[in-house]
Amino acid sequence: MRFAACAILSFLSISIDHANSHLASLRAALGVVVYPLQYIVNAPVQGAAEVLDDLRGRRTLLEENTRLHAENQLLSVKTQRYSALESENQRLRKLLDSSSAFEQQVVVADVLAIETTPSARQIVLDKGSNQGVFVGQPMLDAYGVIGQVSNVSLYSSTGLLITDQRHALPVLLNRTGLRAIAVGGDLPDELNLSFISINADIKAGDLVVTSGLGGRFPAGYPVGRVTAVSLKPGDAFATIVVEPTAKVGHSREVMLVGPQAHDIGAERISVSE
Amino acid sequence: MDTPHRVWVIALSMLVAFMLTAMPLPQWALPWRPAWIAMVLVYWCMALPERVGVITAWIIGLTLDVMHGTMLGQHAFGLAFVAYVVLQYHQRLRVFRLVQQALVVGTIVFVYLLGMLWIYRLLGSVNYSFSYLCGAISTAVLWPWVYIVLRDVRRRARVG
Repeated sequence: MRFAACAILSFLSISIDHANSHLASLRAALGVVVYPLQYIVNAPVQGAAEVLDDLRGRRTLLEENTRLHAENQLLSVKTQRYSALESENQRLRKLLDSSSAFEQQVVVADVLAIETTPSARQIVLDKGSNQGVFVGQPMLDAYGVIGQVSNVSLYSSTGLLITDQRHALPVLLNRTGLRAIAVGGDLPDELNLSFISINADIKAGDLVVTSGLGGRFPAGYPVGRVTAVSLKPGDAFATIVVEPTAKVGHSREVMLVGPQAHDIGAERISVSE
Repeated sequence: MDTPHRVWVIALSMLVAFMLTAMPLPQWALPWRPAWIAMVLVYWCMALPERVGVITAWIIGLTLDVMHGTMLGQHAFGLAFVAYVVLQYHQRLRVFRLVQQALVVGTIVFVYLLGMLWIYRLLGSVNYSFSYLCGAISTAVLWPWVYIVLRDVRRRARVG
């Protein structure tokens, strides 16, 4: 009897959860309960990583320091140019009578060492709605786009990676400007570009960046590089494999980009033309 | 009942099962991850059917759903099913030899995983293949060890 009740309740909640988001608040509430559990599970792995950090020799640290120093020099030189370019960009946009704000809030979140189901490529983050994380927020690392936030509770959140087969990302090819959709591939560390016709101009090595269409991801962030293009004569579309530039599978911390200013300028231009 | 209840031991074993479930594994080993939570649940349903039952299983399953970000109620249903089957046959299961037990538990977990796979596919998650069912084999292989460890824990801590 109890089993029958449980079964009915389960199927009810599955169908409600699948059909709409009425259970989001329940899920968020339960997420708070689960958070200590996730924290405890994460603790041993985190501890091991810290011990390994402590054991690293002076020599490696010095090497790393030199490397980071050089990198910092390089980046600050680039930043100097960036501020000049930004003001120039703003001036040009003003000339075009369009507005755009590039200031974006960034929240840095640690990735908890938690595996979820084997085939879903998702990660658990240690920041939740109390830090302003919201569903659909883009996740980046230092090298490119990683994914987006799919579930938020008070203290933690779940992110769906771009390599998940349920995830689709509007992109464009940097070299040609061709728009495409990048969908998670069969292998855990690859993406596929879908619906690209076989005569499209795509070569291995092409950089793929976010297009900003759809309004969820900011435009212009690197996504990956085309590694293989296979054109089968019988197929309507080419099979294009993209390797992500971001360390999608093994980043320890991610950046959550804040509520983004929509690129109104681009839309307005396309309307007026 | 004279013996102390010590329900926290059951909770602790469940916590360990959750930890093992969330433990990072290399890519090739992912489909082979045993259903730790189902195993621990089967043990307690078999040993203490008056303490751990369908409702407990359902709540544990709901927690698992939240942790995995799956449909709320999916694993809840699966684990409730596991608990229900074990409760029906717990007396017979107790007198089985370990190998027989392992086969039965493996079969129950196979049906459970099959149900989960069915719900995943039904709701349109394309990235689940039949390799998901490998977990049932590793569950059956590991069952004797889990059984012995949990039995000793139960006797040592006198969980009643």
